Amino acid sequence: MLNTQDIIETINMIREENLDIRTVTMGISLIDCAGDDIDAVCGRIYDKITSRAARLVPVANDIEKQYGIPIVNRRISVTPVSLIGGRFSPEDYIKIAKTLDRAAADLGVNFIGGYGALVQKGSTRGEDALIESIPYALASTERVCSSVNVASTKAGINMDAIRKMGDVIKKTSELTKDNVSFGCAKIVVFANVPEDNPFMAGAFHGVTEPETVINVGVSGPGTVASAIARAGDCSLSELAEIVKRTAFKITRVGQLVAAEASSRLGVPAGIVDLSLAPTPAVGDSVAYILENMGLETCGCPGTTACLALLNDAVKKGGVMASSSVGGLSGAFIPVSEDAGMIAAARSGALTLQKLEAMTAVCSVGLDMIAIPGDPSADTICGIIADEMAIGVQTCKTTAVRVIPAVGYDVGDGINFGGLFGSAPVMPVSKLSPAKFIARGGRIPAPIHSLKN
Amino acid sequence: MKAVITVTGKDAVGIIARVADKCSEKSVNIIDISQSVIRDYFAMIMLVDIDRLVGSFGDFVDDMTKLGEEAGLVISTMHEDIFNSMHRI
Repeated sequence: MLNTQDIIETINMIREENLDIRTVTMGISLIDCAGDDIDAVCGRIYDKITSRAARLVPVANDIEKQYGIPIVNRRISVTPVSLIGGRFSPEDYIKIAKTLDRAAADLGVNFIGGYGALVQKGSTRGEDALIESIPYALASTERVCSSVNVASTKAGINMDAIRKMGDVIKKTSELTKDNVSFGCAKIVVFANVPEDNPFMAGAFHGVTEPETVINVGVSGPGTVASAIARAGDCSLSELAEIVKRTAFKITRVGQLVAAEASSRLGVPAGIVDLSLAPTPAVGDSVAYILENMGLETCGCPGTTACLALLNDAVKKGGVMASSSVGGLSGAFIPVSEDAGMIAAARSGALTLQKLEAMTAVCSVGLDMIAIPGDPSADTICGIIADEMAIGVQTCKTTAVRVIPAVGYDVGDGINFGGLFGSAPVMPVSKLSPAKFIARGGRIPAPIHSLKN
Repeated sequence: MKAVITVTGKDAVGIIARVADKCSEKSVNIIDISQSVIRDYFAMIMLVDIDRLVGSFGDFVDDMTKLGEEAGLVISTMHEDIFNSMHRI
């Protein structure tokens, strides 16, 4: 028999604390769409995506209604496009990007991920062509997201690829300057990228994945923040227990939705991603969780320790709630998408340096950070290289999604709209790593990659 | 299969009757009701059997929500599985 208390708790989590399913993402393999003729390839890609995902949106809408839990996004991830177009030119790749965009639009899906490459050890001709095309592809499409993996603990850090990505980010920022350089919000540079991540902009369908799969990303920072606030002055061990219990409940909803979507769509369930993904809505912030733990402001001394506790407790609670956990699974710290982070960055309490330290203990990296438009590509490459080094050495995923906003300066506010939120432009060091970046080559894999 | 209907809002005459009427119209059997009024605030949790529901569950959810809007109440209807999965191991 259901307990009244439990019913009220669930309803309260949804209505008052912004508990939701952040995304139901269908992964679709495009390997069998490969070929020599670009128009034929585009035709096959469009047909495959629109047939496999034809019922994704209506089914997600139905599940949302059945369980009374909002599902914020329905999305699609595909095989890294560089793998299906080895012989194509950058212009050809742009045609594929437009095809992906059209398929997503026709299905009513707001983002489609996988316009990317895995080049941690080196790149092929086709991968170079795709990377070159990214700025133009993102400037000429609305829904396509791009991610490039440039480092891994096993392979080391591909500095040549980082150099290219610095140029890609600068070029994208320039090409989309009329729209607050928004193109850069759709590019992620990764180390140790997970192949089953359902969250954009970094989602893609890994090569070891089945033909199609359903991955679900949960959310719920507001629920965790409220649980901590209710706990009052308890010790940190008790706090960790509270986070674990809350994460368990949140993840169970994700597991339920994943199982239901999988059975209704006839597609295998992949993973549930346990991430605490904030939104700009007040009360749905990871920064507020840290502040409820006892920090004056997110970014002050102690922030990294609080985040480490949170991230670990979320995983411990979530793991038992789902039969298959994957993706990024941890706490996200996207500055523009988190009301508390926005406030902390505005007041100067949260700096790029502190964020970098925080990325060593949480699930992603420097995420949705607006910087002035004038830093050189070398500076951006330096930021990426630092972040990749953290990921490679700690054997975890790290990523960089910075937005060099052309025409904006430190302190200006940028509004990206919707779930992307708004961000104050944060200062970046003016000192140059140019000579280091110009060396190119690869930073070798760390010794702890040699485990065999 | 069961669903949970929760009704909250300002107290008035006939709230339970209206909700029960809609349930009966859709062949939804009421199994349990827990209800209280604190000051002027009405709160009710109703457990119902939806095995013989007429029409789709989605439409029933919409009907109940609409009924709530008409009566100035917030009515939410959710499948019991969400509560079971969150609160049972």
